[in-house]
Amino acid sequence: MTYLTGKNLFATYGTVPILRGCSVGVNRGELAVIVGPNGAGKSTVMKVLLGLLPISEGEVLLDGKDISTLSTQQRIGLGLAFVPQNNNIFPTMSVAENLEMGAFLRHDDCQATLDEVYTLFPILFEKRQQLAGQLSGGQRQQVAFGRAMMTQPTVLLLDEPTAGVSPIVIDEIFANILALKEANKAVLMVEQNTQQALSIADKGFVLVAGKNAHTGTGKALLNDDEVRRDFLGG
Amino acid sequence: MNNLSHIWQSHRQTISILVMVFLLAFVGVNQSWVLALSIFNLCLISAIMALGVNIQWGYAGLFNIGIMGFAALGGLSVVLISAPSVPMAVSAGGMKILFALCLLLLSIVLSVYLSKHKYNKGWVVLSLVAGYFSMRYFYVDAAQAIEAVNPSKTGYLGGLGLPVPLAWLAGGLLAAGAAWLIGKITLGLRSDYLAIASFGIAEIVLYIIKNEDWIARGVKNVTGLPRPVPLEIDLQQSPWFEEMVVWFNQSSLSLLTEVEKTKALGILLREYSVVFVKLCYSGLFLAILVALIVMANLAFDSPWGRKVRAIRDNETAASAMGKNVKRQHLQIFIIGSAIVGIAGALLVTYTGQFTPNSYQSLRFTFLIWVMVIVGGSGNNFGSVIGAFFIWFFWVESTPMGLWLAETVQNFAGADNGVSAFLQERAHFLRYIFMGLIMLLVLRFAPGGILPEKDKKL
Amino acid sequence: MPSFDDVLNAFILLSNFVLLPALTYGAQLALGALAVTLVYSILRFANFSQANNMAFGTAMTILLTGFFQSQGWTISGFPTALLVVPLAIVITTICLLLTERWVYRYYRINNAKSITVVMVSIGVMFIMGGLVQLIMGPEQQIFADGARFIWTAREFKAFSGLSEGLALKTSQLTTILLALLAVGLVFYFLQKTKIGKAMRAFSDNEDLALLSGINPDKVVRTTWLLVAILTTIAGVLFGLDKGFSPFQYHLLLLPIFASVIVGGIGSPLGAIVGAFVISFSEMLLTYAYKKFFIYLLPTALEPDSLLQLIGTEYKYAVSFVILIIVLLVKPTGIFKGKVL
Repeated sequence: MTYLTGKNLFATYGTVPILRGCSVGVNRGELAVIVGPNGAGKSTVMKVLLGLLPISEGEVLLDGKDISTLSTQQRIGLGLAFVPQNNNIFPTMSVAENLEMGAFLRHDDCQATLDEVYTLFPILFEKRQQLAGQLSGGQRQQVAFGRAMMTQPTVLLLDEPTAGVSPIVIDEIFANILALKEANKAVLMVEQNTQQALSIADKGFVLVAGKNAHTGTGKALLNDDEVRRDFLGG
Repeated sequence: MNNLSHIWQSHRQTISILVMVFLLAFVGVNQSWVLALSIFNLCLISAIMALGVNIQWGYAGLFNIGIMGFAALGGLSVVLISAPSVPMAVSAGGMKILFALCLLLLSIVLSVYLSKHKYNKGWVVLSLVAGYFSMRYFYVDAAQAIEAVNPSKTGYLGGLGLPVPLAWLAGGLLAAGAAWLIGKITLGLRSDYLAIASFGIAEIVLYIIKNEDWIARGVKNVTGLPRPVPLEIDLQQSPWFEEMVVWFNQSSLSLLTEVEKTKALGILLREYSVVFVKLCYSGLFLAILVALIVMANLAFDSPWGRKVRAIRDNETAASAMGKNVKRQHLQIFIIGSAIVGIAGALLVTYTGQFTPNSYQSLRFTFLIWVMVIVGGSGNNFGSVIGAFFIWFFWVESTPMGLWLAETVQNFAGADNGVSAFLQERAHFLRYIFMGLIMLLVLRFAPGGILPEKDKKL
Repeated sequence: MPSFDDVLNAFILLSNFVLLPALTYGAQLALGALAVTLVYSILRFANFSQANNMAFGTAMTILLTGFFQSQGWTISGFPTALLVVPLAIVITTICLLLTERWVYRYYRINNAKSITVVMVSIGVMFIMGGLVQLIMGPEQQIFADGARFIWTAREFKAFSGLSEGLALKTSQLTTILLALLAVGLVFYFLQKTKIGKAMRAFSDNEDLALLSGINPDKVVRTTWLLVAILTTIAGVLFGLDKGFSPFQYHLLLLPIFASVIVGGIGSPLGAIVGAFVISFSEMLLTYAYKKFFIYLLPTALEPDSLLQLIGTEYKYAVSFVILIIVLLVKPTGIFKGKVL
């Protein structure tokens, strides 16, 4: 049993079945990636875990408790945080305000968490008064991560964090993700960039047509002949 | 209950027409046939206007709230084309004012040319400013000279004295021109910019018509415009009409003595002449409405219409396939506005007078929109039905409001001021009433009476 | 060369007839435009009923003023209308929240197209207009009481010794002060308070705001509250300055929209700047400069025409022309608003 677990998930868009009994899970201090071809239901898993889409079967467990029936806001209150693929910052607000919005639901003093984010991403401290929309792609992604961390989440869900950014920035983003993991978060991400993602992941789930095709450690999957042939081009 | 709703679902069109015929007949029998016919005629004109708006909304999702302005332009063109000209005013300043306007036009064309060819913005502005001032230099004197010619009767240039149907055509063209200007500027930007700009142009058109007396006498109104149908007076004196009236009333007239007969015939003649004239108008308007609907439907089924539908159903996909959405929308906006302009011209022809103060956004813009929404937005015939119902209730709402006020009075017993207050302000209830109809239909029956088939909103 | 006194006189003349009235009118427009921009950025539609909502707020103020006056609850020299404005704001807030609950909420929840909501707002506009005329009648009403002038033109002349006077009306001073206060409070609210920041976040990126746990209903309610405050104050200030008549208010819609678009739709700062652009252009273009130049030019060159660029009757047309120019030249407005 992992810290966040999605077990035997079934979900449909209208009448089209998307998830057909897939299972994912991640522990704290661990990085798990979900990879697979387009339309395999990778992003849908994220939505289901967050409660943005209801499941018809299966269960979502957080630290052993069933959270399948809770609303998105309740799940966020329990320690889930999500970084969407696009539009994941407030562009006309300053970096500091972006982070503050992340902590919207908290009523305690969040200075400590803020310091934590600034230690993790020092550039954000430097540019805290600047509008987030004026930052570079990599820095925006840091703002997005920082915003998600402000709720003091135990789990971070990242939807294709490297989509549409240049190779140099991809390296920067992966470094950031590893930093999140080091901060004892459970990190679950969906990634198109299969090779690179699996090489840094502790765990990988290869999804095909809404089901788990392969599961294993990142290294094992990278060395798996079938996975190499089907998803890594040899 | 289920059966009833089933019948309604499958025969919406027939039932709506029957109900409307019944309502008009009810007014005819209980109030008067003249009233019923004038309601019918205005229904027809409103239907044409609603058709124009519906084409814009249903074919392209364009939200035009400058209907009042386009209708006023149509009305103005009746004055400009078919009113008799005022030679003295023309010689006093006609050429000069034409020259002034040409100067302005020239400067605008020049500045558009300059900005298209990437000249310095300063030159563009300079050309416009120079154009404006040189226009004003000639304009002010000329306008004053024209307005000074017999101001109590004319004081304007008059029209060209051409046949009335030409004026309708011109009304359409004038409205189309204004629509082209607005559409050119706002289409392709946010969809509400068109709404705001059309709202603005309507106000401006009215300001100009009201304040520039040399065009159409401003708020002094132009009356006695030529009509395409015979005058009542002429009818009463023509033998064939008298024969027809006698033939219609053979049985009742034959019972009377000669003296009584002449008297009764006089009354009948007057009544019949009014009804006859109204019927002539009805035939004319009906023919135009039917022609427009047939043309609209034919166009919708043509290759052009297929393109329109493709764009309507999925703008992004259509534009990705190389369809020029903006140009298409501009075409539809112009066509719709031209139809509104024609309807505006018909209205002025029908009333025989051009009265700028009667153009109110409530009566024109808002009411027409209620018609379109109630009738079934996107459905051409639906907007005709909507126009009939809404105009009927609009006309009959004053008696209804008064009735409401009286009921309150009866209910309250002694006169406590409430009813007097309501009686005085009853016509403002119309705004609230119409606004409520619009909101309720939009919310609970967004398809209206005749919903457009396979249309996603 | 004109003498120093002549230059001073010319300036005072311009201030009295153009600059001060434009400042006042601009402040009134700015409050209305700010309300439109707030609705636009949070609820995402152009609110056509804004001008009629202003008339409603003013109508409530007039009724309350009458009541207070009849009870003798007045402060001598101080406009009673300002005393009752807080109460009128409460009523307007209730009214706007009811329209939100009964009308707009449905379309918001169902993600209706923005143009549908614009259409709905036109329905609301006519209902509000009808309501106001039903209550108040169509005639013009003056409801300002207290002192009309802080100082009159004559007092100014006596004080300064100039031949031109600069009068300061009570309504002008209250407009400028109150508008400054209201705008200041709104900006403080948006920049510094938690819910104000949540509003900006919601305007910036609705989905992310929801993911951050921001409650959309609360944001929307707060927006209507701010809008009610701005709307009522704008309406009352306009009414104190120019008298109340429903049709006059209806005509304000065009200049308000022009202000919003000129400044950049969705930008609060833009709405304010846009409002002053509109008000100053209106006043400067419709003023007859004859007397102004008589002061400045030598006698030989004195103008004999009025030197008026556009007739006063085209006051509202000015805002339309500016609107069109902005749409042609820079559709995003001065402060880059949302264009698509």
